[in-house]
Formats: sequence, structure tokens, C-alpha cells
Amino acid sequence: MSDTALSPETVIRQMRNNGVTDVVWLPDSETNWLYMLMLAEPGLRLIGVTREGHAASIAAGLFAGGRKPMLLIQNTGMLESGDSIRGWLMALNVPIVLMVGYRGYTRHGVNTDTAATYTERFLMAFNIPFFLVENDSDADRIATAFKLAEDTRAPVVVLVGDEYHGFNR
Amino acid sequence: MMYTADALAAFAEHRGDAIVLSGRGGRHWIGISDTVFDMPLGDPAMGGHAGFGLGLALAQPDKTVVLFDSEGDILMSLGQLATIAEQAPANFYHFILDNEVYATTGGQPVPNASNMDYAAVARACGYPSAYGFDKLEAFKQALPRIMAQRGPVFCALKVAPEVENTPIGQRVKWRKRSADKVVADLRAALG
Repeated sequence: MSDTALSPETVIRQMRNNGVTDVVWLPDSETNWLYMLMLAEPGLRLIGVTREGHAASIAAGLFAGGRKPMLLIQNTGMLESGDSIRGWLMALNVPIVLMVGYRGYTRHGVNTDTAATYTERFLMAFNIPFFLVENDSDADRIATAFKLAEDTRAPVVVLVGDEYHGFNR
Repeated sequence: MMYTADALAAFAEHRGDAIVLSGRGGRHWIGISDTVFDMPLGDPAMGGHAGFGLGLALAQPDKTVVLFDSEGDILMSLGQLATIAEQAPANFYHFILDNEVYATTGGQPVPNASNMDYAAVARACGYPSAYGFDKLEAFKQALPRIMAQRGPVFCALKVAPEVENTPIGQRVKWRKRSADKVVADLRAALG
């Protein structure tokens, strides 16, 4: 466990512990180590998309068929996916965790990337609960997100503020 | 060109125990079949029906999943065709109802509508089988072969536009269940 970085092993462990069957995803800027672990994870199906909004309807179909998908995308893609998240996840009561790379995030709050500027504002506008994860010691927040999604039958976001190696510090 | 209702009626004879995502054909299909294995979702968000169909087909590999999508939807999300072809669900049958217009908003033309070859697009994205029909009789004749093939299969149908100009709030509500209820009913039926 690290209190200075979020390791991909931690994320994989949370996926496993929370029964994730499918990850619908589009590569984030720093997800390659996680990608390699996901590929090696028995029983975990990866579904790559070409635009993040597609992930919402695919995940809804997986849920309708009895699977437990999660989304792994970047905040830029989430911003573009608003209507798909509304229509395919929120309106269909899909309990799902979206792990969202928080591009541009800085702990001190001064950023130069408008992707970060609008990320939390977007989630508040859509009334989607979110948790910030910056390092391994925050891992229990991922489990909390899964539980909240199940309890509310709605999407919950985990903002990954570290992108797996700590460059945002 | 054929009528959507006729195309759906022809398909119904070959439906078997498939899960049917009625998509853009929903208001006609509901008069043919309305069980828990029929999914009249309406339009949760345009462009996403193919993704939903893919997800459901992957989740239920032992069930045939049939989708009646539209050309306007797939043009919004062409990249989904690549994802579907990569995942290659053998149980997925992807029909599109191509009327060349945005019918529910008054019939404005779809960009480049009459020049598009959607079957060719699907084939180029990696669908192993893709067809296009503009005559009902030819479609009827091909249906047994289409449904006997291993998926994913793509099939574009040129249909007559049924343009709606009535304000949305005044249109007849043909759906009997909300979209979330449709999903919940299917999940319960699948156990």
C-alpha cells in the first residue's frame, strides 16, 4: 500500500473484490499498466470503445443481461458522454461505477486544464455522486462507490486523481 | 423500398426465442409481440442502440439477440461497428431501418442519405456478414439464410419514411412499460 501513488494492482483488487465482470473502456493517458493487469485477470472481459459515450449503452446492455460491468474512461470523454450517461445509465437504473481519469487535477486546486475545471461541476450538474482517489490508501472509497451504486441503482464515479503514478503532484 | 411494419412482420416468422430490441421499429413491433423478451426501450439516447445490443448479446451468449437500429443512430456512433466486429458476438443480428430521413423530427434528410451503403460500411468494419435489401420479397427470401448464419450479422433495410410532425407532447404513447421497467423485466426473466 502506498500513500503517495495509486497502483494498478489496487484497482484490479477492487474490481475483483466487487465482482466486476466486464470493463468497458477507452485508454486514459496513463492506464497502460492497468491494461496489462486487466488482460491477465481471469474471467475479466475488456470491451474497447472508440468513443466514451458508446461505453454507457454497452454497459447498460451488459447489465440487462445479468453482468456487472464498470467503465474506465477519462474525464474528457465523460464530458462528451453526458447524454449517453443520462439516457443509458441513469434512466435505466444501471448500478455502475465509472472510474474516470481526472486529467488536469492538482491537489492545490490551481490547474491549467479546463478538463479538470469542469469535471466536478459536470458531476454535480448531473447529480452523480463521486469519490476522489489519489493513492492506495484511498482504495476503500472504490468499494464505497460500488456499494453506493448498488444501493441507489445509479451510476457513481470514482475520480482517479493520480493516474497511477503520481504526476499530478 | 419496403414498409417497416411489413419487414418486421416478415422477420417475426423467424424470430424463434430471440430477445428483440425493437429500436426504431418499436411502435410496429409492439403490435406483433410484447413479452419480457421484447425490449421497447424507446430512445434512451440516440446512437446507443447498437451498443446496448452488443452488451446484451455478450451477456447472454446462449440467446439470440436481434436489434432494429436505424441509419441515423449508427451514423452517430459508427465506431460501435468496429467494437461489435471485434467482440464478434455470434448471437447478434443487427438490422437497420434506413428511411433516409430524421422521421421523428419532421423528415429532414440524413446527410448523404441516398449515397450511403451501410452494408459496405459494416463489412469494412469487420462484420463477417452484411446485407442490404430495398425490396420486401428479396428480404423475405433471404431471412432464413440470414438468421441461420453465425453473427454478428448486419442487414440494412431501405424503408419508407413515416414522418411525424405532431408535436412530441401530443403524440400517441405506444409504449406500455417504461424503459427501466423493460430492463428490470428482462433481468427478472433471465434470472
